[in-house]
Amino acid sequence: MNTIPYFPGCSLKDTAASFESSAQFVMEKLGLQLQELERWNCCGTVSSLTTDDLMHHLASVRNLVRVQDLEQTELVALCSMCYNTLSRTAQRINADAEERDKINQFMDRESDYQGAVVVRHLLQVLRDRIGWQALEQATPHSLEGLNVACYYGCTLLRPKEAAIDNVEKPTIMSEAMAAAGAMPVHFPFAGECCGTYQVVDRRDLSIERSFRVIQSAAREGANVIATACPLCQHNLKEAQRELAGASELADIEIVYFTELLAAAMGMDSQKLPEGLSARMQQVAEAQTG
Amino acid sequence: MSRAKTVSVENFRARVEELSGENVFACYQCGMCSAGCPLTDQMDRLPSQVIRDLQQDDITLLESNAMWVCASCLACEVRCPKGVDLAKLMEALRQLHLRKELDHVSIDEMSPQEIAKLPQIALVASFRKKTG
Repeated sequence: MNTIPYFPGCSLKDTAASFESSAQFVMEKLGLQLQELERWNCCGTVSSLTTDDLMHHLASVRNLVRVQDLEQTELVALCSMCYNTLSRTAQRINADAEERDKINQFMDRESDYQGAVVVRHLLQVLRDRIGWQALEQATPHSLEGLNVACYYGCTLLRPKEAAIDNVEKPTIMSEAMAAAGAMPVHFPFAGECCGTYQVVDRRDLSIERSFRVIQSAAREGANVIATACPLCQHNLKEAQRELAGASELADIEIVYFTELLAAAMGMDSQKLPEGLSARMQQVAEAQTG
Repeated sequence: MSRAKTVSVENFRARVEELSGENVFACYQCGMCSAGCPLTDQMDRLPSQVIRDLQQDDITLLESNAMWVCASCLACEVRCPKGVDLAKLMEALRQLHLRKELDHVSIDEMSPQEIAKLPQIALVASFRKKTG
């Protein structure tokens, strides 16, 4: 089977384990195995923004060196924060020989980074390497009946050089969902911030922002929200638990986009989120009955 | 926890411009950043006012909470018609505090339960943004 170097990041080994396992299931079905980098380290999580911060990009560069050691030039990430941080560092360091030289001088045990690795998000790999038609053919358990609001948040869309699609009107996740038979729901908060890491010391702020995302998706008729970030997922779930009460907003499934694709490819329902399994059951009954 | 008010910076605007790499006078105060910012209702100064204060070299800006509320979502950055990267200015303002060891969050103030529940990326991102 073909393989592609893959960077998991810390959350996918813990709070977001189902994001990873569902993605692995999906990619195996599609014949492109995610090959986890050996000895990967934290990507840095957020991109340092000051002009004198070059050393803060070192963590990301070390991961790029691991890809280079495999004689590969492409790295795929799932977590959108990891994707963003790795991609921005790669673009900055690939384009600047002087900065690359400085970074290389700082690393002792690694081989020099040559500046050739490109970082992609899994959605880009699905679109550009697999294709929507192949995805459609690989998803026999259609998601018909699921109205999916695709939530991108910040890091898949901004800044422009890291955007995996149109900055203001992204469709890439909707296209994946449509290929799997779901009905994509357009909603205006698709690219709005969930409050991100502010949840650590300003939980009120992130809960309020995230709840607005859920409200917006619900207003447009979504019964599922698809996410691509362990932190968006956490914040949205917390907001739903805290503020949805007994309203219809409590019934919206908030799941990783890979979990939806895995469901459409027949992943064991025990391994899927409970609410999603129940909905898939309803879908199947409606189709046969 | 130590807070902003004790920071003093010579050549305030020049230092912020140096750290951010941005020219604050490129801004013509159209307000697009404030219009699109998702967190203005929590800020004591609007994003466009942050730049205005920088243009006027107003060091009281360091007492504002805006830089700590800003989540670097970059909505302002992609929409600014003059190409000013406000997120970099906010980062520079944070760094003026953090480089004087004036952290804005502390793990000591969090319970083990809270820490266990949060995704790692939340913790690492918060500490990267709010500690020195």
